[in-house]
Amino acid sequence: MTIHIETHNGVCHVHVAGEMTIYHAAEIKAELLPCLELGAELEIDLSEVSEMDTAGFQLLLLAKRAALAANKPLRLVAHSPATLEVLDMLNMASYFGDPVIMPRTVH
Amino acid sequence: MSNAEFDQALQTFFMESRELLEAMEESLLGLESSPDDDDAINAIFRAAHTIKGSGGLFGLDGIVSFTHVVENVLDRVRGGHVPVNGELIALLLSCRDHIGMLVEQIAADPSAQPDKELESVGSMLLAQLKSYQTGVTHPACAPVSTSSCTEILPQTGNTVENDLWHISLRFGQDVLRNGMDPLAFIRYLDNMGKIVHILTLPDAMPFALEMDPESCYLGFEIDFQGEGIDKAAIEGVFEFVREDCSLRILPPHSRIEAYTQLINELPENNIALGELLVNCGSLTRKELEQALHLQEVLRSGAGTGEASKLGDILVEQGVVQPELIDAALGKQKVARENKSQESKLIRIQADKLDQLINLVGEMVIAGAATSLIAQRTQDAALHEATSTLSRLVEEIRDSALQLRMVQIGETFSRFNRVVRDVSREIGKDIGLDILGAETELDKSVVEKIGDPLMHLVRNSMDHGIEAAEIRLQRGKPARGTLRLNAYHESGSIVVEVGDDGGGLNRARIFAKALEKGLVTANQVLSDQEVYGLIFEAGFSTAEAVTNLSGRGVGMDVVRRNIEALRGTVQIDSVEGTGTTVKIRLPLTLAIIDGFLMGVGNSSYVVPLDMVMECIELNEAERQETRDSNYINLRGTILPFIRLRDQFSVRGKPARHENIVVVQYAGLRAGLVVDELMGEFQTVIKPLGKLFANLKGIGGSTILGSGEVALILDVPTLIQRAISLESRVLN
Repeated sequence: MTIHIETHNGVCHVHVAGEMTIYHAAEIKAELLPCLELGAELEIDLSEVSEMDTAGFQLLLLAKRAALAANKPLRLVAHSPATLEVLDMLNMASYFGDPVIMPRTVH
Repeated sequence: MSNAEFDQALQTFFMESRELLEAMEESLLGLESSPDDDDAINAIFRAAHTIKGSGGLFGLDGIVSFTHVVENVLDRVRGGHVPVNGELIALLLSCRDHIGMLVEQIAADPSAQPDKELESVGSMLLAQLKSYQTGVTHPACAPVSTSSCTEILPQTGNTVENDLWHISLRFGQDVLRNGMDPLAFIRYLDNMGKIVHILTLPDAMPFALEMDPESCYLGFEIDFQGEGIDKAAIEGVFEFVREDCSLRILPPHSRIEAYTQLINELPENNIALGELLVNCGSLTRKELEQALHLQEVLRSGAGTGEASKLGDILVEQGVVQPELIDAALGKQKVARENKSQESKLIRIQADKLDQLINLVGEMVIAGAATSLIAQRTQDAALHEATSTLSRLVEEIRDSALQLRMVQIGETFSRFNRVVRDVSREIGKDIGLDILGAETELDKSVVEKIGDPLMHLVRNSMDHGIEAAEIRLQRGKPARGTLRLNAYHESGSIVVEVGDDGGGLNRARIFAKALEKGLVTANQVLSDQEVYGLIFEAGFSTAEAVTNLSGRGVGMDVVRRNIEALRGTVQIDSVEGTGTTVKIRLPLTLAIIDGFLMGVGNSSYVVPLDMVMECIELNEAERQETRDSNYINLRGTILPFIRLRDQFSVRGKPARHENIVVVQYAGLRAGLVVDELMGEFQTVIKPLGKLFANLKGIGGSTILGSGEVALILDVPTLIQRAISLESRVLN
């Protein structure tokens, strides 16, 4: 798991690659939260998230809530199939309010 | 509400349920003859409805779910959607029995789980009810057939519209650390059926710093649809996280109350949660309002008065009552209808009544002692006062005993069902005639008479009444008649079980008795004595079933039971036209009006009702009867017993002896005594075990002077006098 953080024009871009799971949860939290202070907006790129479990999902929730509390926009972008599956299954895509390309779900 | 109060309330529920079930049975049987009786249908519906409502109050889910379906069908009957026919009545009777079994099972052991047998009977009945429940008119809304687990019965009425399982999940914080991923379980659930809707609840998650990334804070509300899924299967999904999560499952079409309960139990804010349930499609808005309203009602119910008890039960037991309001309204309605009757009745515990009777007994004895002393003092004023007192005591005694008197009709009417069921079982058409249902007798006697009656009734039906063809051949109506009759006769109650069947065959019984060695070939016996032989223990053989059309099987048990009540059994039978078994029982087992007699220094009591007359045995007659034991009483022979000889009383006979003529079961005999001491209120004290086998004495009593008097067992003495005399004559 690697996290890449850079700030452009007041927008903090966070790129997470690899597993967003319990094994890296503490690490991700430690990196992710301070990012809110780095810019006026936060954008998390999920394109290279290979796996997401409850802990990983909770971190996204935490970030979203913190952003809301700080009155700063947070965007999740370029969802990988693994993240989309979780958001879709938990019916949380609309909570984050990001445009996502919904795959055709077949139940 | 304390546990004791809850138990008491539960006992009341059992009692009420039994009564309602009785009423239900009665109405159902009534429907057989008049299928259009709206009152009867309503009564049946109300009974089921009230049992269901009260059952829910105590969280007796087994009873509630079963009765609910029955009630449903009854509602359709009431609405005229389902016609009343024999088949339906038979089914409903079985359902009534099943509810009765469920109630009794819980009454015996409130924590009992339904046993397999009961459960299979239940599901069988439910399967039968199903065709009535939906009816042919609405095949479209036939419920999806589920594995007839009672918990997932499709329920109508006050239920939510949605046909999905509702699952509430709250994961514990440690679930992730324990190596479980909640998402995996939800994924699995989704594979098993279909998650129609899911709501993720992050409310428990703290903000930024306090949030431990390795703890789980999530909860889920899930609407789930699955073909052939039952509750156990859903629980199975979460088997591995059982200890790390709280799981609540509501079956499809759960009652709104169940949702109210769910809302109550969940940690989130009530209103918000309600909204959530609406949002996730579990409830419609209207249903939510109803649920919250119910909650209000339940809460305010905890306030004051009658309602508070109800509220307490609910809160303490954590059970929200299904259709509380509905049931309460229903009850009120019934209450209004029965108002006049109910206000006249009080429920008293039997042991309190027994204690009262005991005290009255003691008072009678103490009163007698007082009268005796008053007589000795020769103080006219005191004498007058005590005689007023004893009159009052007598009245108190009578009213106290009256309290224990119940009409036999209730016992009789139970046989409506028995006759109906047995006649179907054995394929004979038999009707039941009940006479003298208003005849009263002591409650303790009524309780014990049920079994012997049952035996006699069954016997009459099985073996007494012939098959229809034989009846027609004999010129009798094809429909056999069984008659239950009760009436008072000289201090006893007579209960008759009669049939218009083939009667007893005297010759065969005699031959059989001869074979068994009960009689000798040249013995002369009256018809009644011969019929009485079937009560001998030796007659209970399988062979007797064929030879004597079964009469006599278990009859010795009947006689023993009756005799234990100080009663007697007698059979009248006319071959070809029928048999009547007469059971004579004492009216009460506690206090009687007695007639006191003296022999030497001893006193004896016979029940006053049995005394016909008293005559003096003059000197001439004494000489005449020195060696014989009978006199000529106005042209008829009266056998007698000298109590002096019978009980070996010492001392010389008095100068003037008297004969007390007693009558029992149509037989008369005389008791020769020294002194007639008149009427005496007798409190019967049973004799100790040591004297249990003593013939001729039924009990003892205490006289005012403190002396003990023996109460004579007149039937035995009469029998003895007659048999002694006939032996001498032979």
